[in-house]
Amino acid sequence: MTKVTLTVNGRTMSGECEDRTLLVHFIREKLGLTGTHVGCDTTQCGACVIHMDGRSVKSCSILAVQASGSAITTIEGLASQGELHPVQAAFKEHHGLQCGFCTPGMVMTAVDMINRHGGSLTEEKVRTELDGNICRCTGYHNIVKAILAADAEMASGRQAAE
Amino acid sequence: MGVEGIGARVTRKEDKRFLTGKGRYTDDMTVPGMKYAYFVRSPHAHAKIVNIDLSAAKSMPGVIDVLDGKELQADGIGNLICGWMIHSKDGSPMKMGAWRPLAVDTVRYVGDAIAIVVADTSGEARDAAEAVVIDYEVLPAVADVTAAMRAGAPQLHPEAPGNLIFDWQIGDPDAADRAIASAAHVTEIDIVNNRLSPNPMEPRATLGIYDSAEDHYTCYTTSQNPHVARLVMSAFYNVAPENKLRVIAPDVGGGFGSKIYIYPEEIVCLWASKKTNVPVKWTSDRTEAFLTDAHGRDHISKVRMAFDADHRITALKVDTIANLGAYMSLFSSAVPTYLYATLLSGQYAIPTIHANVRTVYTNTVPVDAYRGAGRPEATYLLERTIETAARELGLSPAELRRKNFIRSFPYQTPVIMNYDAGNYEASLDAAMQAADWNGFAARRSGSEARGKKRGIGMSCYIEACGIAPSAAVGSLGAGVGLWESAEVRVNAVGTIEVLTGSHSHGQGHETTFAQLVAGRLGVPIESINIVHGDTDKVQMGMGTYGSRSGAVGMSAIVKALDKVEAKAKKIAAHLMEASEEDIVIENGELKVAGTDKAVPWFQVALASYTAHNLPSGMEPGLKETAFYDPSNFTFPAGCYIAEVEVDPETGETDIIQFVAADDFGNIINPLIVEGQVHGGLAQGIGQALLEAVHYDENGQLLTASFMDYAMPRADDLPSFKLSHQNTPCPSNPLGIKGCGEAGAIGSPPALINAITDAIGTNRLTMPATSMKVWQAIHAAH
Amino acid sequence: MYATSYHRASSVEEAVQLRSAHEEGKYLSGGMTLISTMKQRLAAPSDLVDLRHIPALRGISIEGRRVKIGAATPHADVAASRELRALCPAICDLASHIGDPHVRQMGTIGGSIANNDPAADYPAGLLGLGATIVTDRRSISADDFFVGLFETALEEEEMVTAVTFEAPEKAGYAKFNNPASRFAMTGVFVAKTVSGVRVAVTGAGSDGVFRHPGFEQALTSSWSADALANVSVDPSSLLSDLHANAEYRANLVKVMAKRAVAAAG
Repeated sequence: MTKVTLTVNGRTMSGECEDRTLLVHFIREKLGLTGTHVGCDTTQCGACVIHMDGRSVKSCSILAVQASGSAITTIEGLASQGELHPVQAAFKEHHGLQCGFCTPGMVMTAVDMINRHGGSLTEEKVRTELDGNICRCTGYHNIVKAILAADAEMASGRQAAE
Repeated sequence: MGVEGIGARVTRKEDKRFLTGKGRYTDDMTVPGMKYAYFVRSPHAHAKIVNIDLSAAKSMPGVIDVLDGKELQADGIGNLICGWMIHSKDGSPMKMGAWRPLAVDTVRYVGDAIAIVVADTSGEARDAAEAVVIDYEVLPAVADVTAAMRAGAPQLHPEAPGNLIFDWQIGDPDAADRAIASAAHVTEIDIVNNRLSPNPMEPRATLGIYDSAEDHYTCYTTSQNPHVARLVMSAFYNVAPENKLRVIAPDVGGGFGSKIYIYPEEIVCLWASKKTNVPVKWTSDRTEAFLTDAHGRDHISKVRMAFDADHRITALKVDTIANLGAYMSLFSSAVPTYLYATLLSGQYAIPTIHANVRTVYTNTVPVDAYRGAGRPEATYLLERTIETAARELGLSPAELRRKNFIRSFPYQTPVIMNYDAGNYEASLDAAMQAADWNGFAARRSGSEARGKKRGIGMSCYIEACGIAPSAAVGSLGAGVGLWESAEVRVNAVGTIEVLTGSHSHGQGHETTFAQLVAGRLGVPIESINIVHGDTDKVQMGMGTYGSRSGAVGMSAIVKALDKVEAKAKKIAAHLMEASEEDIVIENGELKVAGTDKAVPWFQVALASYTAHNLPSGMEPGLKETAFYDPSNFTFPAGCYIAEVEVDPETGETDIIQFVAADDFGNIINPLIVEGQVHGGLAQGIGQALLEAVHYDENGQLLTASFMDYAMPRADDLPSFKLSHQNTPCPSNPLGIKGCGEAGAIGSPPALINAITDAIGTNRLTMPATSMKVWQAIHAAH
Repeated sequence: MYATSYHRASSVEEAVQLRSAHEEGKYLSGGMTLISTMKQRLAAPSDLVDLRHIPALRGISIEGRRVKIGAATPHADVAASRELRALCPAICDLASHIGDPHVRQMGTIGGSIANNDPAADYPAGLLGLGATIVTDRRSISADDFFVGLFETALEEEEMVTAVTFEAPEKAGYAKFNNPASRFAMTGVFVAKTVSGVRVAVTGAGSDGVFRHPGFEQALTSSWSADALANVSVDPSSLLSDLHANAEYRANLVKVMAKRAVAAAG
């Protein structure tokens, strides 16, 4: 057993685990943050996407020990003081989720996408950037719509702040 | 804030928990002392089990116990069943082979469960599973239906000689033959409906908890119908009597049919929890899901459609072979019969229809209902056939369809169904207009100039939802009634809980059902909670599948609301010393019509519970239960148009636009209905372009992960153009029809019609992968 | 996943030392292939030596037209490098089409080529560029490095530290995705390098990445997509699977080669 220490959603958290433990299982089972999901075993569906040191990654394909020392943001850490993040709000507004299982990964992906391409997203670009996330419920239509709306909303927020 | 009732685009009440990571799915559940299960599964498609040695596995680190099928059998746990009896045309009952939750003497598909390991961690459970030593005598296997029907083919079950489960028919074969013989034109076509893996994003999972003090079981499971699961596990599998078994389906991450059925894992984990005296959790990985979740479709059919000189369809004759896999799953027999052949009239007046359906065992995963269940098979067959006929006859596909549309209702088809309402031309016109059908020729020229082949194709679908009148399905062989239940529980402060036997796993019932109540009573939607998915909380219910929750589940709520309102009116009349007939419910108040006298809703609720001043003889409380049994199916219908551009160099298909015009009757929440259509379209487009389960000749599954099974991703799909037409359904109080499956039913033929139009050859099977399209182009030139 | 022991190295020397101490061990870079393979129990290294925390292995440096990419540089960094894009946009484009955005944040160039998956993108890029693979002990030309399916010239315990190449005059990459895995069903990298025209094909060959001499000759005579019109691709040495048989792949090789030339300009 190895001790793994992470800064998760701003709080330092540790736990003991086997070296073979995947980061996603550590987060779900040791830290009790079950919002991050596992939908496949071949690094494809993206239900497990989190941010590690500011980069969006698939936590099903990283060992917890590999991540030790990193700063992690999970879906639980996105809303602040009960206020939904603009991406979360846009998913609700545009019905960008149905069963909710792929949703945490989709939202974390969308936040990262807007961080990297904020203000310049097009429908085509959003669809390409969703390459690593599979949704079986929505046909992606409303997910794409929600991400574009959140991008516009956040861009206008940035402009207002400037 | 206005009341958000029927017709409002209300955003979903359930979204916040899913968006903040607070959803509670089965795999999220942990209980003290919980251990992890891993199933030992057959690597062979067909083999005799000569010996099982569990000893090495039992001594592995962390292992609590390893159990096999002999022990399970000795404890009296029963075999899995198919719940719908079909008789062959010779009168003999379907041949149901034994499906043991853990195989004892024979395994019949790769993934067939043999033993369960319970250990401290999932890794240790899997380590120990590898230490289980099984001696197999490998038998020849067969995965393909045609091969399975040949003389000398490997035989799966002694009960089913020739692997034939049943040979069933509907309609008049001789009349169909006569009509075909005297036809002016006959279109003949072979149709293949590809085999699919449902792949809800949440893999199946179950947590079995046995309480020895109470001799009571709790089963958390990824189910679309927890009550049916409890019924079947009690009545047929002898897990426990119903009062000793609580089944909870918490948040469930999609189902699409695959989570209707009761699988071996739920039963075995409950039993193993008792044997080991620890709670036992099993979570499928995706590869296991491909290996063990019921697959969908897998039909091959020969079709003949006869026309008179005026291009009216005079007869349809269909011969279908359906692959049901290694065992008969819960609804498997109903899918290629009553959910399929009864829809073969489509939107058309066809005087004579005959369909013969043979179902066959193969060494593959059991096949059962998958989004649409039988209706996509019927629609694909019909819409490919009529499109082919239009091409052969040199007619516009729209005009040939238009000429044959059913135009007066009710309409009795020759295949049981009685269509209650519809206006097929309205959807056709709306779709053609939205797609700018008339401007296609110019767009095609533009594509040609860029070296691309452009095509357009349509599909006019009908389906039957709201399954179903209990007496009718009972007479056709169903093992259960298909009503739904509801309980409306008004609290003393006026807030409301609605308990429903429907189950939401993405459909948004917590919002839609609340909208219905909010609209009726004029109270805020926030004051209404929908409770579902727990057999200890909700009275018996039948669950969610076949687009039934609106038409049947909500109708039950309407009935319960009728009773609640009637009692509330009595109380209000008593409080205001008015006549009961004069009381109306508006904006959260009970008013005396035509006066300014009113009592607020919460006050009536409170009065019902304080019971200080109730009409003489009235029971206290405000809570009513209703069971609703539908009088007919509902018949959603519509027209879909796909426009594609094919790259002749690579065979790649680009969907330029996809138009859907649907008639779902009245709509409660357009936002949610549109979402249901989008999702259905994606699955239908997936079937048409990308998805296919492949087995090799030895029954090994070649598409056992997302590496090999192509799931539709965002960049495979366009944004969709939707519209709704409305002919209210006369068969239920809300006039609604059902929208959950339409997209998956109507879209595949539209796409294949469009691609074959683009490439100028009709010889193309689903999925139309780039390789197959490229090959078709080259074969044709 | 089978049990394994994790070690984190902070220098190349430490990494090699740790790896040498464990006969059944493996280097772990981004892990985008190795962890997946281990999850499926298709690989069972006793020990893993993590290279992600060795600063010397990470980053892109450019001197004149000479490019050096550290082995532990993630695909996303290669895709996003403005300096590299100014010099060799084709390699940035190639990196931007590997896997998906999340995989590109973790997956590294060193990990990709050391694994040499027959459907990976980088082998085509490096072979097409005539790159040199630098290890902890020597330099290996791409022509010698990629040996066969999942096979390279690397010795046991040898570790890729960097990749270097001379920026080509022109280069382009065209990829046709496998519809399920999104790996290259066929990917063709074309380059007009200082030492001549090179064409490398991934995803298609039954023995992994390969050069296509016929295309190279044709493009040497005339750098244009049309020059490839009459060059044939022999399907007999190409992969055949569910999604693409050898004949279809042969077609894709040619079509992608033409598109790569068009992309190169």
